[in-house]
Amino acid sequence: MTNIRKLKSSIGINLLRLFILLTVFFLFLFLYVIFAKGGSVVSWEFLTESPKRFMTEGGIYPAIVGTFWLTVLSIGFALPLGIFTAIFMTSYAKPYWLVRIVRVAINTLAGVPSIIYGLFGLTVFVRLFNFGVSLLSGALTLGVLALPVIINASEEAIRSVPGDFRDASLALGATKRQTILRVILPTALPNILTGAIISIGRVAGETAPIMFTAATFYTRLLPKSAMDEVMALPYHIYALMTEGAHPAKQVPMAYGTAVVLLALVLLVSTVAIVIRYRIRKKRKW
Amino acid sequence: MVNKTQKTAHISTENLNLWFDDNHVLKDINIPIYDKKVTAMIGPSGCGKSTMLRCFNRMNDLIPGCKIKGKVNLYDQNIYDSKVDVTDVRTKVGMVFQRPNPFPKSIYKNVAYGLKVRGEKKAKIDELVEKSLKDAWLWDEVKDRLHESAFSLSGGQQQRLCIARALANNPEILLLDEPTSALDPQSTAKIEELCLELKNKVTILIVTHNIAQAGRISDYTAFIFLGELVEFAPTKEMFTVPKDSRTEQYLSGAFG
Repeated sequence: MTNIRKLKSSIGINLLRLFILLTVFFLFLFLYVIFAKGGSVVSWEFLTESPKRFMTEGGIYPAIVGTFWLTVLSIGFALPLGIFTAIFMTSYAKPYWLVRIVRVAINTLAGVPSIIYGLFGLTVFVRLFNFGVSLLSGALTLGVLALPVIINASEEAIRSVPGDFRDASLALGATKRQTILRVILPTALPNILTGAIISIGRVAGETAPIMFTAATFYTRLLPKSAMDEVMALPYHIYALMTEGAHPAKQVPMAYGTAVVLLALVLLVSTVAIVIRYRIRKKRKW
Repeated sequence: MVNKTQKTAHISTENLNLWFDDNHVLKDINIPIYDKKVTAMIGPSGCGKSTMLRCFNRMNDLIPGCKIKGKVNLYDQNIYDSKVDVTDVRTKVGMVFQRPNPFPKSIYKNVAYGLKVRGEKKAKIDELVEKSLKDAWLWDEVKDRLHESAFSLSGGQQQRLCIARALANNPEILLLDEPTSALDPQSTAKIEELCLELKNKVTILIVTHNIAQAGRISDYTAFIFLGELVEFAPTKEMFTVPKDSRTEQYLSGAFG
């Protein structure tokens, strides 16, 4: 009896080990493929120069700058909006059915394919608001795309703040607003940032939403204002792979761009993780 | 019942009834809480004593489905009157909870919290933080690490920090909701002693499931059973000659 149970548990554990190894294997295979094909292209010139000769030479500097600003602006737009929505939903929204409808709407939005966000951005930001194809339109579109993830993460984070803290604050004569701003939000912030970090990766890598709203195939110029068109890394990869007349030169550049995109996401996420770590350390409990 | 006119009550209830949805939790409670005394509320679990405590600083307002009828008078002001500012009530009537619940902030910021939300000046806050920590017998243990996390303190210290935090608001009344039930005997003894010291400055109302504790520290005791105030009397009187048979049974450990 015990032997059979021991055998079963050892089979179970080893199966789990196998699955973990498989996951790690795919991750490393993924990184290997990207780096093997693109690593050699990445050089100082590649990072700092504009594309030349129909994107067969030169670098991707405008696309790096474009993706950086698209990401920063979209998170800068979506994070405050998402946090305020989550505060409203957890602390103020009544009646219950209204909250439920909002939640269904948010979850539905989270499942919408990103190309449809692109069409939405084209209709609303580019045409209706007349922002044109611009950094601003693209960032707002990406912001709307990131919103459901940020709202859900923020709501979860706010709900997980112990009720004890809220009671203590109110019992000391604080108002509801003070309680939220001084106790609940600071306590929830590290987990809210986790949601933001996930969104950064998503937003930086999206191609479809910016195709009609912000991105341009090719420009030697950097954006001078939020109203300019920009190049963006994911769209640049797409362009190199589909529109090029010289695949022999352009395909390695596409992989090189992928390496840079991965590195950029990693860099921005790391900054956010460091900020989160600092806050957590200050507010341990 | 004690005749209400013989002393002035600091805070008192007048035909207080409370429902959670259809559940009638408190029934026609009339109780006076006397100035600068310790009043203990005892009774078996679920009898409504904690709920009653939370009527005195309107913490029940936060619970959905809670309905209250009757009055709670702080001197002659009904705190449930629509004109009354609830944050004002909670400043005058401080509260310490069953489990120590410091904020995830520094020791200093915990004590300063009530003062900060009312916009006190930095110098005044510094002064009152020190005074409150001294009043809660915590100053000597924390004066060198005021800016460390409140979670670096032991459970008993955390509870005294919560008392200091409440005292910083300079309350008239302090509500203690089973403040020692999560603490070891030594920390419990310290908080009991502290209560006896504090009653020179504030009126104390303490809920406890520990009958011996009520006997040690309270001047008056209220016995609550199934949402009713069965008996209210000076503690010595109640513990020697309880008037109601249910009080006698509870005090002798027949149920609870």
